Amino acid sequence: MNAPLGYLGDQPSQRLIPAEPIIRLEKISKTFPGRDGQPVTALREIDLAVPQGSILGVIGRSGAGKSTLIRLVNGLEKPTTGKVIVDGANIAALPESALRHARRSIGMIFQHFNLLSSRTAADNIALPLEVAGYDRAEIKARVDELLALVGLSDKRNRYPSELSGGQKQRVGIARALATKPKVLLSDEATSALDPETTRSILDLLSRINEELGLTILLITHEMAVIRNIAREVAVIEGGRIVEQGDVFEVFTRPQHEVTRSFLGDEAGRVLPPYVQKRLRQEAAPGSQAVIRIGFRGPHATDPVLARLARELGIEANILSGAVDEIAGRPFGTLVVSVPDASARQTLDFLKLHGLDTEVLGHVA
Amino acid sequence: MSPEMIRLIASSTGETLYMVAVSALIATLFGLPLGVFLATSGKGELFAAPWVNRVLGVIVNATRSTPFIILVVAIIPFTRLIAGTSIGTNAAIVPLTIAAAPFIARLIEGAIREVDQGLVEAARAFGASPLQIVLKVLIPEALPGIVLGLTLAIVSLLGFSAMVGAVGGGGLGDLGIRYGYQRFMPEMMLAVVVVLIVLVQAVQSIGDRLSRHLNKRIRHG
Repeated sequence: MNAPLGYLGDQPSQRLIPAEPIIRLEKISKTFPGRDGQPVTALREIDLAVPQGSILGVIGRSGAGKSTLIRLVNGLEKPTTGKVIVDGANIAALPESALRHARRSIGMIFQHFNLLSSRTAADNIALPLEVAGYDRAEIKARVDELLALVGLSDKRNRYPSELSGGQKQRVGIARALATKPKVLLSDEATSALDPETTRSILDLLSRINEELGLTILLITHEMAVIRNIAREVAVIEGGRIVEQGDVFEVFTRPQHEVTRSFLGDEAGRVLPPYVQKRLRQEAAPGSQAVIRIGFRGPHATDPVLARLARELGIEANILSGAVDEIAGRPFGTLVVSVPDASARQTLDFLKLHGLDTEVLGHVA
Repeated sequence: MSPEMIRLIASSTGETLYMVAVSALIATLFGLPLGVFLATSGKGELFAAPWVNRVLGVIVNATRSTPFIILVVAIIPFTRLIAGTSIGTNAAIVPLTIAAAPFIARLIEGAIREVDQGLVEAARAFGASPLQIVLKVLIPEALPGIVLGLTLAIVSLLGFSAMVGAVGGGGLGDLGIRYGYQRFMPEMMLAVVVVLIVLVQAVQSIGDRLSRHLNKRIRHG
């Protein structure tokens, strides 16, 4: 499936040392005039850096400020204070004509695709090139190339109303890439698609990121999107970034309540109802401690419970469990119960083996 | 029906079509940019100029609320200035155009406002200028609605044109009044009404068909 790398590989500018991030938001705040005269603050003191060639996902609930955040990057919104540096230029301070020029190197895709209904797939892709003043032969060659890239060469003369949601988003992606941008902004690009189509669009974005070396900044409210494609994540809540870092680190050791809530619906995080119902905070005579064990990376497949039984003679009941993958690395969650008397010993044993533990409560 | 009558109906139909076609054309020339401007000059919009927008809005409304027959008489000096005369078919084109232009502007404003704002945002995001957004996004996307609006305007102009007989404008309405009513020839009145019905039907169905052809939002079977 994946074509070989090399789009940028032969360029001497390919840096080995960590480069200046291609997108850098510095102390961004954004306040909107409210309806009743009270100003509404959408973003507070945001600092965010997106390294060249990476995929950074911003996850947050609706109203958390993520839409405003992504619109700052191509100047569709201006920050109230702070700087938006994209590829060395402060987008927030550019005059309108320079900003239009800068936008050609910042592609954007949208939740509702935003394709012109009056233009065919090919003509939609051609539009940014027409606007940028390419001549007809150049446009045709580039459009053919882009249609092939997104796998829609046979649909070039179809109107958007004749395409499925996934196909429309592919046209949207091709249009965003038309002027060979360095950055792609994705505004909930898969939120209107079913899970299978979402998967195929995310695969396409990953492939573009690898083959073209394109930096992708995406915003979403879906954990699956972050898990499948992002390498770095920022969690946004109430206009602030509450947690930020490597996707695997953030989601296997969530520090903030909101981060945990996004993991909530992921496999292995939810207790089976019969356990949930009997769970008590206080230990009672004869009760068992319920422990959640997180297996990360190299430990994900260790037979640790067998060793617990063999070495300490503690037999754990397995209540629920799942092994999953976050950012391409295995991550397991197991919920077990052990007699309260053995709980301390069990926790020490698990920590010694480098596992994350959390006591959820006690069941009688 | 005598050959003389048929000749009269034919020449009156010709006058009506001439007046309506020329006034519709000129009114569109003024109404289209005005409509686009009204649709894009509100607060926070592409060509934001809220005060100009409001003033133009008031002028458009004032023109539209003036009864047509009063407009015809009231602007006679202006008509004489433009057409060189205040009577006849050419003179009638002036009030017809002035009545139709703001009407067309409002219809086009409505059609442009129907265009999904997401498309404007997408166009801004890939670096289109406000003028490019108007020419390459707003007008093409609004075209089916614009065509329907112009159809409605032409049908209204057919009705208005019947009133310009008051300034000797000629046309079918004039014929109907002078022969059908004043000379009491009911068959002439009937003929005029039938021709107008046929004209309206023809204009409406051509407009509908063209709009449907331009509308790619609906799948064509």
